[in-house]
Amino acid sequence: MNVVVCIKQVPAKIKIEIDPKTGTLRSGGVDRAINPPDLYALEEGIRIKEKTKGKVTVLTMGPAKADESLKEAIGFGADEVILLSDPAFEGSDTWSTSHILAKAIKKIGQFDLVLCGKQSIDGETGQVGPQLAEALGVPFVSLVNRIEELGEGFIKVMRMSDEGHQLIEMTLPGVITVVKEINVPRIPSLRGLMAAKKAKIPVWNAQDLEIDPATVGSAGSPTRVAKVFFPQRTQKSEMLQGSPESQVEQIVERLRQARAI
Amino acid sequence: MEYFLSEQQKTLKGLARRIAEQRILPVRAELDEREEFPWDLIKEMASSDLLRVFIPEEYDGLGGGTFDLCLVIEELSRICGGIAISYAANALGVLPLILYGSDAQKKKYLPEVASGARLAAFAVTEATAGSDASAIRTSARRDGDHYVLNGTKQFITNGGEAEIYTVVVMTDAAKGSRGASALVVEKGTPGFTFGKKEKKMGIRSSATRELVFRDCRVPVENLISREGMGFIVAMRTLDRSRPGVGAQALGIAQGALEAAVEYAQQRVQFGHPISAIQAVQHMLANMATELEAARALVYATARTIDAGAKSFTEESAMAKLFASDMAMRVTTDAVQILAGAGYMRDYPVEKMMRDAKITQIYEGTNQVIRNAIALEVLKRKARQE
Amino acid sequence: MSADSSAIGQIWVVTEQRDGHTKAASYALIAKSRKLADECRSKVVAVCLNQSVKDADQLAAFGADKVYLVGGPILDGWNDDVYVKELADLARRDKPDVILASSGSLGSSVIPRVAVALDTGVAANCISVEFDSQSRMLVQTRPAYGGSLMANIVFPSKRPQIATVRPHAFKKGEPNSSRQGEMIRVDFDRQSVTAKTKLLNVVKDLTEKVRLDEAEIVVCGGRGLGRAENFQMVAELAEVLGAALGTSRPPVDDGWVPYSHQVGQTGKTVSPKLYIACGVAGAPQHLAGMQTSEIIVAINEDPKAPIFEVATYGIVGDLFKIVPLLTKKLREARG
Repeated sequence: MNVVVCIKQVPAKIKIEIDPKTGTLRSGGVDRAINPPDLYALEEGIRIKEKTKGKVTVLTMGPAKADESLKEAIGFGADEVILLSDPAFEGSDTWSTSHILAKAIKKIGQFDLVLCGKQSIDGETGQVGPQLAEALGVPFVSLVNRIEELGEGFIKVMRMSDEGHQLIEMTLPGVITVVKEINVPRIPSLRGLMAAKKAKIPVWNAQDLEIDPATVGSAGSPTRVAKVFFPQRTQKSEMLQGSPESQVEQIVERLRQARAI
Repeated sequence: MEYFLSEQQKTLKGLARRIAEQRILPVRAELDEREEFPWDLIKEMASSDLLRVFIPEEYDGLGGGTFDLCLVIEELSRICGGIAISYAANALGVLPLILYGSDAQKKKYLPEVASGARLAAFAVTEATAGSDASAIRTSARRDGDHYVLNGTKQFITNGGEAEIYTVVVMTDAAKGSRGASALVVEKGTPGFTFGKKEKKMGIRSSATRELVFRDCRVPVENLISREGMGFIVAMRTLDRSRPGVGAQALGIAQGALEAAVEYAQQRVQFGHPISAIQAVQHMLANMATELEAARALVYATARTIDAGAKSFTEESAMAKLFASDMAMRVTTDAVQILAGAGYMRDYPVEKMMRDAKITQIYEGTNQVIRNAIALEVLKRKARQE
Repeated sequence: MSADSSAIGQIWVVTEQRDGHTKAASYALIAKSRKLADECRSKVVAVCLNQSVKDADQLAAFGADKVYLVGGPILDGWNDDVYVKELADLARRDKPDVILASSGSLGSSVIPRVAVALDTGVAANCISVEFDSQSRMLVQTRPAYGGSLMANIVFPSKRPQIATVRPHAFKKGEPNSSRQGEMIRVDFDRQSVTAKTKLLNVVKDLTEKVRLDEAEIVVCGGRGLGRAENFQMVAELAEVLGAALGTSRPPVDDGWVPYSHQVGQTGKTVSPKLYIACGVAGAPQHLAGMQTSEIIVAINEDPKAPIFEVATYGIVGDLFKIVPLLTKKLREARG
């Protein structure tokens, strides 16, 4: 089975600061890591490769530094990794990201299954998986927590639903997003990590992917971030003073007034 | 302190930490409670190549040195001393083979340990021979192309779980300490059984058992080095492994210090976190300073061994001595800082204190260690005169 | 589709039903759309992806001018491929300016695909949607970085503007039973879709009485509880309030509470009307999972605990006294 896993490199810690002068995110010096939900997709991809004696290609779209995450993917056992990077890609919304990924996957050629994590811990939209599927013109199932069966041209999966679980059969090629419950990601081996450090990571830019820069990134994304701001709590915290009994009385009163209880 | 580790060392340390935090941390309390040997964790460590670190490259290992081993043991110990010792005792078990084994013996045993297929253990101690190692009584009588072993080893770490045992036995009692030899005995050899699993104060997830030999026939090829080399093999092995005990002590103390700091910052008494109280701050300062000093000594010792120092008995003993005494003090203080909560099993520090104690005892009680150091110090003075 | 951004045409709300009944979040979206539509003189259309909607007239009562009941003779209980095609085809025909949906199951799997099919984007998991009269554009506000940051999203030129909205972002309000709406059945030819996915089996096995991510009230316990047994105290408060029980990460790591209750970056994200945190310090990873809650009450003995920075009401005190007192008082009031 030819498996493609899409990962994203994100800040390791999500506490962020806005530069008061420029109003943009202060991103310098922040540790970066593979988006934790993507680790489950990566692990599942490697397991499928091991079971079917297939191949895993890992893609990521990001700045040059994102190659660190691809090296880590090699440590996990990825056969091939590709960095999709170009100044034109910057400022991409999820539509733009999924189109770029789709172009890359089409360029790779034959694939059976694309795996993505449920969502990223920074953007938290969870949109790339389904949008990627639609851009590729293949079927999609989300929130997969177990792969029941993998066959010639089809996959059977258990997915989480509002009421419990559903067993879905999907034709391949297709895209799935997975949740944490699907596996426990392995810890990469030492030899894998050491080999990965020496690896040369191929980079595909807009030209390699035959993408018109005007159609992606900040230039071409259908949505734009008009403003970024710290959420202002409309009122400062009201600290309730007094004895425990008094504090309890006060909070019950406040919550009643706010019709919260 | 920044130790400017190489890329490789950083990768190794990072990996050991990842395994410790992601795999060991969630189960350490339960394994301690149930006194269960961590086979699942051993398998995890094996598949991450962690068991290859201390095996030479020619035998499927990564050819790491003492320092590399210490880095791993320290990271594992920071989360659980019991799991760490199972790892370290495995390394100790193959060390005699690495140092003195024949090529055939190394080819036979080392790759299996590197892959995690089989574990190893080292056995000297007996009921009558702890600090007085030369008082061992387990005999190995030559009979044709076998040795026949009779006797009992006591308090052997990994006993019963390991399959490869490097055992020091008396091949010629008349020669006293020059009559001891080191042999490899495999689990399953007829006449080789185990005593019950010991119930310990700490490192409870590690398995400690007696090795019982009753007319156990061991092939002559299993002799390590030559007859009579037993105690030399043992001493040289321990010289190299003692920094590892030091590393274990460092890790346990590090975990305890971190727990104490975190608690002190959260625990509010008299309207302030207790970390604002000078008495507590001084305790933390002492703990941190001693820990750093111990680390410097252990690391320096490990590095001097790896750099090819000819003799390091004294340094090795010092590293083990200082780090273990430090760990006992630091873990005790950590419990004190957590106070009532620290005494409760819901919090991790009481286990760390229980785990730390053994580092003052095994691989030479700190009293016997002091003897060894004093001897070296006096020898040096004697040489200078 | 490019925009004449001087006006906003139809506002569509893709509604969701459970056992034939429309979900509260869908009604809330319709109510909000009604307000938006009144501001810019447009119409609200409620789209139901099934035809057996009980009390469909309620959709009009909450503000829909038109209700599409989309279905077909042979329709499985679930099929995303079909929903995507139905919605996309309808949208291509009617050309709505805005499509809103709840950010639940539908919002995360069907809506993004519809967006791509319509060659437009999606603003996901929004906590507010407003009409900017100056630019005459819809402004969607969504949290990022675990809620530490808010972003206003706009669609400069592509249409429709699609947004999925968090369950409790808007209030349902009161229905106006005198409001009438057009009920239109849209029969959909299921055969026109080659479904590449098939529902084989459904397992209803959720054991939680109140779903954490849909609950109106969440009561959360943290490390300050000290030990596993003390969670019982928090569970009782949750029970009295009819709330879902949550936890921060340390109790899960220590084995006191199952992971399914974990709120935070590596757990569930919740946005309830009321969030009560008992003995929770408020580490960034936890805040990421709950700081968009409407009202946050924090109970902690440490006045410097970070949770107080996001709390609406803070109680510095001994939670072992406060929580039982609170439970008792609420139980008495319940009668």
